[in-house]
Amino acid sequence: MAKHEHTAPPSDPALRVKALESLLLEKGLIDAKALDEIIDTYENKVGPRNGAAVVARAWVDADYKKRLLDDATAAIAELGFSGVQGEDMVVVENLPGLHNIVVCTLCSCYPWPTLGLPPVWYKAAPYRSRAVSDPRGVLDEFGVSLADDVEIRVWDSNAELRYLVLPERPDGTDGMSEDELAAMVTRDSMIGTGVIQAPK
Amino acid sequence: MNGVHDLGGMHGMGPIDPEANEPVFHNEWERRVFAVTIATFGGGNYHVDQFRHAIERMGAANYLSTSYYEHWLHMVETLMIETGAISRDELNAEQTKLAKEAS
Repeated sequence: MAKHEHTAPPSDPALRVKALESLLLEKGLIDAKALDEIIDTYENKVGPRNGAAVVARAWVDADYKKRLLDDATAAIAELGFSGVQGEDMVVVENLPGLHNIVVCTLCSCYPWPTLGLPPVWYKAAPYRSRAVSDPRGVLDEFGVSLADDVEIRVWDSNAELRYLVLPERPDGTDGMSEDELAAMVTRDSMIGTGVIQAPK
Repeated sequence: MNGVHDLGGMHGMGPIDPEANEPVFHNEWERRVFAVTIATFGGGNYHVDQFRHAIERMGAANYLSTSYYEHWLHMVETLMIETGAISRDELNAEQTKLAKEAS
């Protein structure tokens, strides 16, 4: 008896992408070396340490902070971070009584040059649906509890504009170097779903 | 135009469930989808609005039941076929060939 032949296209994403990649390579529409470079860049070179350097600089340099809040794209580029998905940046500053949180309700817009690629939860339906309607409940799920009188501003990113939160500098960090400060800055604190704990 | 992708304010999507120490990619096929997407996008095969629209055209049930990089995979397949760079028949044939080799 002849082996049953599956004629429907396979739905396994691993097989689908392998087929797509080999077809595009065969036609010369993509280059294997370029693919490796793309993966290496976003897996190893670009990430939230970049954003942390921006935040730490803003904490220690008042002039830089002013430039950052005036024209974030240019100020971030001063530190060498620019490019795809960071072309038009806005930095929003957390202050006593004001907390900012960033979402992309429509898809996944996120500042790649400063934060790297977004985590799964940022791109998934629960966060995207609820960040705009119940930010306090969302923050609670991240273990962040803000006083009732703290205003929360939610910023909905889009393909033309991406936001980075400038978190508050924690108390007790006066003697710290810029590098030590940068090491305290978490990814979530720059999305607004985290706050930075004061050193013990 | 609104649609299932327009998730702001929608109810019933469940807990956020952030993963601690999440890796950039969760498996090799996500890495490949990302690289193929950036390479074809960077190569000028389609622009960002086409990119988003191809995902927004996914059926609602399919959109909500598939992962982020599956959305991207659907998008690249769709746009490379629609722009004529490859054909659906060529892609199906390549998939069938690889499936046979793997079995």
